[in-house]
Amino acid sequence: MSALLERLAEVRKSGDVARLAEAIPYARWMRIAPENGTGELLTRMRYHDDLIGNTFLPAIHGGTLGAMLEMAAIFHLLWETETEAVPKIVNITVDYLRSARPVDVLAAAKVTKQGRRMVNVFAEAWQDDRSKPVATANAHFLVKSADDAPPSL
Amino acid sequence: MDKAERVALFQKWFSDTIPHNRALGLKVIGVRRGFASMQLDWREELVGNPETGVLAGGPLTAMLDGCCGMSVATMLKQPEPFATLDLRIDYVRPAEPGKPVIAEAECYRVTRSVAFTRAFAHHGDPKDPIAAAAGTFMLGTKGKVTRAQSIGAEAKI
Repeated sequence: MSALLERLAEVRKSGDVARLAEAIPYARWMRIAPENGTGELLTRMRYHDDLIGNTFLPAIHGGTLGAMLEMAAIFHLLWETETEAVPKIVNITVDYLRSARPVDVLAAAKVTKQGRRMVNVFAEAWQDDRSKPVATANAHFLVKSADDAPPSL
Repeated sequence: MDKAERVALFQKWFSDTIPHNRALGLKVIGVRRGFASMQLDWREELVGNPETGVLAGGPLTAMLDGCCGMSVATMLKQPEPFATLDLRIDYVRPAEPGKPVIAEAECYRVTRSVAFTRAFAHHGDPKDPIAAAAGTFMLGTKGKVTRAQSIGAEAKI
């Protein structure tokens, strides 16, 4: 069992979902972590200056929004579904709706379709006002255990 | 301007002065009209799965977004601000731990309002990709034009 799935089992007992991110070096580096203070699993990307993509506006780099939407989808799948393996991303399409200001970004995900091997997930990211998303994404993940997945994935 | 000068100019404005690209350590390795290429070196902080050492998807997403954006800048006749409208990434196989990733982006069509790009990420053989991307960019967005956005028009490549 992977360290992330072991961590998931611990987190299910303690309820401290933020600890899921500690098992992922990139999530730590980006300061992306899940939280469930409101009863809904949200993923937060804490603002820091290294996220900036446009220093004139200033605005957060679009690539980091794509990255955090992908992480939000993964945390959602780990936490909300009965997964036996770490979900493997197949593809993601990100729509950029507004420029993201230099403050925290929050994201929520939901499963649009759960198949036996493939899951389709929708995620949206916002800053102060949830009704004004800065970016949305649709992504596919393979969720069956690694033994059954094609060798390349 | 020779190739090395062009690469140095785009390195300055597309990596050194864009905080997130600099944080990733993106290196501009090629640029010409309608084409941009960057390299991302593997490092522990960018890993998604610490047991395998495979990079997370995020650094590739950010690199492909930046590289597609740079290919747009090389096509502009007049400096104007632009922003990513959408970006699709297919992760066709995991990146190999420890190896640098190269992204190559092509801007194949520019209209009055939208620029169309596609890109591949690979370990040196473009026929054996790690990820494929398609990005569109909105031209003439609000705000002042940045140096990165204007450098293609200024360099007259």
